[in-house]
Amino acid sequence: MLHISTLHYMVLSAALFLLGVIGVLTRRNVVIVLMSIELILNAVNLNLVAFSHYWQGIQGPNALHGQVFAIFVITDAAAEAAVGLGILIAFFRNKETVNVDEVNLLKW
Amino acid sequence: MNPPVATPFFFYLLSGTMLIGGILVITRRNAVHSALALIAALLAQAGLYLMLYAPFVAGVQIILYAGGIMVLFLFVIMLVNLERAQKERQFNKQWLVGIAAAGALGGLFITIYTKGKGIFPDHAMPSGLEAQNTQGVGVLLYGQYMFAFEIASLLLLVAIIGAVVMAKKRI
Repeated sequence: MLHISTLHYMVLSAALFLLGVIGVLTRRNVVIVLMSIELILNAVNLNLVAFSHYWQGIQGPNALHGQVFAIFVITDAAAEAAVGLGILIAFFRNKETVNVDEVNLLKW
Repeated sequence: MNPPVATPFFFYLLSGTMLIGGILVITRRNAVHSALALIAALLAQAGLYLMLYAPFVAGVQIILYAGGIMVLFLFVIMLVNLERAQKERQFNKQWLVGIAAAGALGGLFITIYTKGKGIFPDHAMPSGLEAQNTQGVGVLLYGQYMFAFEIASLLLLVAIIGAVVMAKKRI
C-alpha cells in the first residue's frame, strides 16, 4: 500500500470512471450529466498519463505517447462540452426545462 | 537516483480530493456546487499529473480544463435558469438499474485488476524526466502525431461553428 505503483493509478481511474458512469445514468439535470461525462474523460486521461509514466521506465524519457493522447482527449472534451452546452441552451430556450426526462418530443 | 516525489501522502491526499469531488459532482442538488466540486477534482488531478512527471499535461489541464471548460460550464449554468430544476426530483426513475449497471462494471474492473496485478511491474525511472518533458511532447506532437494535431484543430473549428449556430436565436 505504501509504494505507489501503476496499479494505484489504474484503480483510482476506474473509481472515477464508475462515479462518472453513475452520474450519467442516474441524474436528471443535463448540466450534471455533462459534468459527469467530463469526469469520465478525466479518468481516462489519468490512466493514459499513468501508462506513459510506466513506459518511460522501459523505453526512456521520450515514451510520451500517453501524454500526447491525453492532450488530444482534453481538446476533444473542450469541443464536446462547447457543443453540448450550445444544445442545452437551444433546448432550454424552447422548453424551459433542463431535465433529461422531458426530452421526449420524438416519443410516440 | 530520482528524488522520491511520489510519496504516498500526496497520492492519497490528491486521490481523496478527486474522489470526494467526484462524489459531490454526482450528488449535489445545486449545479454550481457540482461545478465547483469538479474544479477541485480537476486541480487535484493536475497535482497527480505532476507526480507522474508530466508537467506539460498538468499545465494544460489547469489552463484548459479548469480555467476554460469549467468556466464555460459556470457561464451556461448562470445563463440557464436552474431555480425551478433545483426543487424537483434529482434522480432518474431508473436510478436502480443505473447503479446495478455501474456495479457490474465495477465488478468487472475488480476481477481484471486482481487477476492482472503483475502485468505492470515497477521499473527504475531514468533521471531528468521533467527537464525534457515539454520538448519531448512537442517533438511527438509536431512530428509523429502531426496529422492528428491538424484534425484536432479542424475539430475545434467545427465545434466553434456548431456552438455558435446552436446558441443563436435566429439562424
